[in-house]
Amino acid sequence: MALLEIRDVTRRFGDFTAVDNVSLSIEAGEFFCLLGPSGCGKTTLLRMVAGFDAPNGGSIWLDGKDMTGVPPEKRNVHTVFQSYALFPHMTVADNVSFPLRMAGLEPASIKTRVDEALDDVALTGFSSRYPNELSGGQRQRVAVARALINRPKLLLLDEPLAALDAKLKENVQLELITLQKEVGIAFVYVTHDQQEALALAHRIAVMNHGRVEQLDEPSRIYGFPKNRFVADFIGTCNILEAEVARIDAGRMQLRIPGLGEVQTTHTEGARAGEKGVLALRPEQVVISPRLESRPDENHFAGKVFDFLYLGDVTVYVVELPNGSRVEAMLPNSAPGRAKFFEPGDAVEISWRFDAGRFLTE
Amino acid sequence: MDSRRVARWAISGPPLLYLVLFFAIPTLIMVLASFRLPGDFGGLAPIVEHGDDGSRTVNLTLENYQRFFSDPLYAELFLKSFWYAVITTAVCLLIAYPLAMLIARSPKRHRDLLVLLVILPFWSNFLIRVYAWMIILGPQSVFTGALNAGLGLFGFEPVRLLFTPFAVVVGLVYVHLPFMVLPLYANLEKHDPVLLDAAQDLGANSWQRFWRVTFPVSLPGVFAGAALVFIPAFGIFAIPDILGGTGGIMIGNVIKQQFLDTRDWPFGSVLSMVLTIVAVGLAGFAAWYARRAKALA
Repeated sequence: MALLEIRDVTRRFGDFTAVDNVSLSIEAGEFFCLLGPSGCGKTTLLRMVAGFDAPNGGSIWLDGKDMTGVPPEKRNVHTVFQSYALFPHMTVADNVSFPLRMAGLEPASIKTRVDEALDDVALTGFSSRYPNELSGGQRQRVAVARALINRPKLLLLDEPLAALDAKLKENVQLELITLQKEVGIAFVYVTHDQQEALALAHRIAVMNHGRVEQLDEPSRIYGFPKNRFVADFIGTCNILEAEVARIDAGRMQLRIPGLGEVQTTHTEGARAGEKGVLALRPEQVVISPRLESRPDENHFAGKVFDFLYLGDVTVYVVELPNGSRVEAMLPNSAPGRAKFFEPGDAVEISWRFDAGRFLTE
Repeated sequence: MDSRRVARWAISGPPLLYLVLFFAIPTLIMVLASFRLPGDFGGLAPIVEHGDDGSRTVNLTLENYQRFFSDPLYAELFLKSFWYAVITTAVCLLIAYPLAMLIARSPKRHRDLLVLLVILPFWSNFLIRVYAWMIILGPQSVFTGALNAGLGLFGFEPVRLLFTPFAVVVGLVYVHLPFMVLPLYANLEKHDPVLLDAAQDLGANSWQRFWRVTFPVSLPGVFAGAALVFIPAFGIFAIPDILGGTGGIMIGNVIKQQFLDTRDWPFGSVLSMVLTIVAVGLAGFAAWYARRAKALA
């Protein structure tokens, strides 16, 4: 049995269904991400696991025990809150030792464990500081140390990096990955930031409207999105309306209105005549100045509409003959070359047959 | 002078002037008065007196202070007033804390109304409200009658409520309660509810959540409310006058007596000075203690 089992959990607020019949199981030692836009139910689900909220239907099992009716203080689960919720009137040491003191441990053993915990998050020497004397990153580390000190079965993290600036975020992500490996405690991490989820998690559950849209490893979520929502929410995606023309030998021939036919790999379950979309990542689209017909690629002529210089890459928006626009990403690997094309330039775009993915919903 | 300094003075000038005119100068006058002699028909004797024979006497003395320290009656009265004020502050805190918490945790749209209800008694006259207590606690009142009937059932002697220390404390608590509720509410209302979630999440039961989080975080409000109740309660004279009878007098009554009945202004000034010094000293101690408590917490 998995460490955490969420079975058919539903939570309604009046007419609004925040969590709609969700089932998930999370293994010991796993770094699990709940990813979705705001209002998708991920925080409600987290609060139910912590015990602050109760499901209207279904049950939550921790370590083989039904948690129904068990209050938060009796659950072996700790939360790192988005605002960190450090106690402002307590020093770092008192904040970190709080769970131990609540558990009634002896002062002598508390001191040693606090020192160890602060050492784990590289905050040795900060024990007598107050939260308002710390930077955002340090507060985040205190919150994590406090939540981990009495070794819960499960650590819940509610958007813990939302308050940090971009540069710091990357460092903290690496720290979190290392820490999670070291302590071996399962993390359930809630975020709306897909990049964060891809970087951190072993597995991601993408949520929308209270349901889990897709549950998989990050590379599979990104590479093989199950539906249009996941494709669009994770990274950027070109979405082209398409219809299945033929299916043969694991390949599909799609008809794109006003453009022609493209070939792609067969999406399981798709049938001839079915309507849907072709989802295509910008980095899969190659842009070149003239037509170079290669046998394993789809290619179309187009015109550069606009471009976005992002430093490491430039994203070109190419207008196709049917009026739809496709983003193509070109790495700026050669120094000093920021752009290859100007708006209005005639170009050719192409993508391999095995790039792109046909999605029906 | 640059414009920022002008603006600073324009803003802080009027309140500063007010404090100097109506607080600093009167206090200094009182300090001086405490060293002077009473006039023949009340008031103050002139500082420099010119005799008919051309002699000059300077009427400044330490006698008023000697009188205060030589008669233990005054120190006892101070101590008694101090305990009345302490009990009043404690009872106000016990009543006000749950009330302020209730208001702070009720839905936002109800809070303003509830705060309004707390300050509603201020809309009627202070003396009328205290006289109302005189009626409630009087021997003929329904309240006293019911209480004594109840006591009689259990074989107790009937009690007198009015003109007792009990009546004084009831009056003091009643009048000062809003001064405790408002700063407590202002503090509790700002508490981040997620702190309580965090405490609960980390294993604190509801008792521990209150004593480890809510109460310590609210200490500035507790100290503010305690100062606002304790200091006026310490020096008050109207309530013991009306509700206390002869046994219930406080130091404020003696000060009033010195100024209005005995017309011994210098000795009244001495008592006022001692009252001010004790009150400021206690407030200073409380502020120091609050800071230290935070530093050591």
